[in-house]
Amino acid sequence: MAEINQGVRETVNSQATHAFTHTLSRAAISALTPIAAVLVALAFGAALLSLNGFNGSDVVTVMVFGSFQDMRSVGEILLKATPLILIGAGLCVAFRCSIWNIGAEGQLYVGAIAATLVGTSIDGLSVWVHAPLVMLAGALAGAAWAGIAGYLKVRFQASEIVTTIMLNYIALILTSYLVTGPMRDASAAYPQSARLVREAWTPRLVTDLRLHIGILVALVLAVGLYIFLRRSSRGFALRVVGLNPHAARYAGMNVARNVMIAICISGAMAGLAGAFEVAGVTRRLYQNISPGYGFEGIAVALLAGNNPLAAILSGGLFATLRSGSEVLQITSQVPQVLVLVIQGIVILSVVAFAKLRDVLRIVA
Amino acid sequence: MDDMMLLTFLATLVGAAWRLATPLIFASIGEVFSERAGVLNIGLEGTMLVGAFCGFAAASATGNIPLGLLAGVAGGMLFGLVFAFFTITIKADQIVVGAALNLLGMGLTAFLFRTYYVSTGKGIDIAQPVHIPWLSDLPFLGEAFFRQNLIVYSTILAAILATLVLYRTSFGLTLRAVGEHPKAVDVAGRSVPGYRYAAVLVGTGFAGLGGAFLTLGHSNQFVEGMTSGRGFIALAVVVFARWSPIGAFFVSLLFGLFYALQLMLQAQASIVVPYQVLQALPYIMTIITLVVFRGKGAAPSKLGQPYEMR
Repeated sequence: MAEINQGVRETVNSQATHAFTHTLSRAAISALTPIAAVLVALAFGAALLSLNGFNGSDVVTVMVFGSFQDMRSVGEILLKATPLILIGAGLCVAFRCSIWNIGAEGQLYVGAIAATLVGTSIDGLSVWVHAPLVMLAGALAGAAWAGIAGYLKVRFQASEIVTTIMLNYIALILTSYLVTGPMRDASAAYPQSARLVREAWTPRLVTDLRLHIGILVALVLAVGLYIFLRRSSRGFALRVVGLNPHAARYAGMNVARNVMIAICISGAMAGLAGAFEVAGVTRRLYQNISPGYGFEGIAVALLAGNNPLAAILSGGLFATLRSGSEVLQITSQVPQVLVLVIQGIVILSVVAFAKLRDVLRIVA
Repeated sequence: MDDMMLLTFLATLVGAAWRLATPLIFASIGEVFSERAGVLNIGLEGTMLVGAFCGFAAASATGNIPLGLLAGVAGGMLFGLVFAFFTITIKADQIVVGAALNLLGMGLTAFLFRTYYVSTGKGIDIAQPVHIPWLSDLPFLGEAFFRQNLIVYSTILAAILATLVLYRTSFGLTLRAVGEHPKAVDVAGRSVPGYRYAAVLVGTGFAGLGGAFLTLGHSNQFVEGMTSGRGFIALAVVVFARWSPIGAFFVSLLFGLFYALQLMLQAQASIVVPYQVLQALPYIMTIITLVVFRGKGAAPSKLGQPYEMR
């Protein structure tokens, strides 16, 4: 009896070990894909630099490591990582549901507009009330702006790719109108809004750094969205709708509602990112508060394989590259737009390696 | 006198509309080919930028506009080759690859422009309006229709040629079949990937031409992101036009009218609406277009789907 038990235990153990190593190797392969993709992109960037008379090795020495000089520069990287993680994690939810929300940039701007309105028009609130209120306003506005595209998709089958991009342009033009017109601070030479009242500012994490608590909010929300997608029944429904809307409909799921939820979550995250830019960094609204975080967030989500938890890492990586590209522009006059090229190549490489992985899996 | 001013305004408006529609006409006719074969290329925006930049670079090096246009087409097709490789050969998601190519097109052109041209600030000689005896001198009609450059006139030719190729040749028939019933094409012994490559190359060649028009026939400079959404608007034009080249021509003209109206009303001091409202007009109309002219009836049934050979 004991021997049989022993035998059973061993079998179970060996199966468990086998399953464990299998999971481990799968995890290793899925971790290798993004790493390989980033390496290919950096190599491409280096080649592009050397072909055009710059120093190719700068891509590694300056872009990757150049921005880790002191606490302040690390703080600046985390400051850039905040909107990227927020937007990237939010887009993971939309992309998992097969909603191609390309409009995070516009949703960020609308979030920033709402945050500015709430942060400049109310006075006398405690920071405990006003700062969260500003964040909430940003998130709601972002969700509503994305919701327009969601509604047009579920009601009129209008492609969300085109509508979200058009809403980007409209949000940018709206911002331009507001800061040159109704919201303009008349005393300022440059078109910008009035400054947010102090209680509306996002509290700083360390007193002498610009870094604010937004990075913590971003981390918590990214973990939260991971659990939501993986563990909640709503998250499951979103993924089923993304994989096969017909099957979802047969299973009794409300496809339209799930699409709306997914696109509004991604919009809320982008809107929140916009609120943090205004309330945590610039303190005012002006025309170019985002250097394209909304578009970069797409690359963040794709590099993360649409996993919000992995978006923390890929967001951090893209923030590092962005900081590095700024250093590179200052030290070697390399145009900072190099970072866009690297993002594009990262996406293409992720796609190519993912296919290669499938092929290898079939062969093995 | 007021009537005269209105007529002059309208004549100028129509003339400007056609000019401003030209990049859209080329890009959307090209995208009709691509989508008819089942390939949705949302990378048009980046492709047009590449065309605009290549056209500008070639023309500023040689001073030759036809050569510039050719470079624009070639640049677009080179970009299209990358798109085709990833979406047709590797069978990657067309939207993801398109998004990557938009970033790449924006980044590469801005990088090269800042590296080589931005400090020179030099413009190029662009295509000049051709003077057609008698017609160009007609009152109003001359201004509206007969004072364009050759690139603008060639849009008519492009629309007619595209229609003939798509509906009157065996190539066009097979290409359309690839977007509807790729298996039938496969069984008939023709290569589905081959036709899709061809369709994408035609599409991106046209997009490159549309981009090149911006630098060679419209503004005399390259500006970063100068397509400002035209590649995406072209996608909406194709839906509105029900995947027909002639339709794409006229729908683009309508969008050209929005652009022209925006520019001309901005110049009118008496207009009370903020200029941003006019600026937003083409984008708002694109959304309205998608909502009003919905219905997948005319869409190629295999649009956006990779073809798996058995």
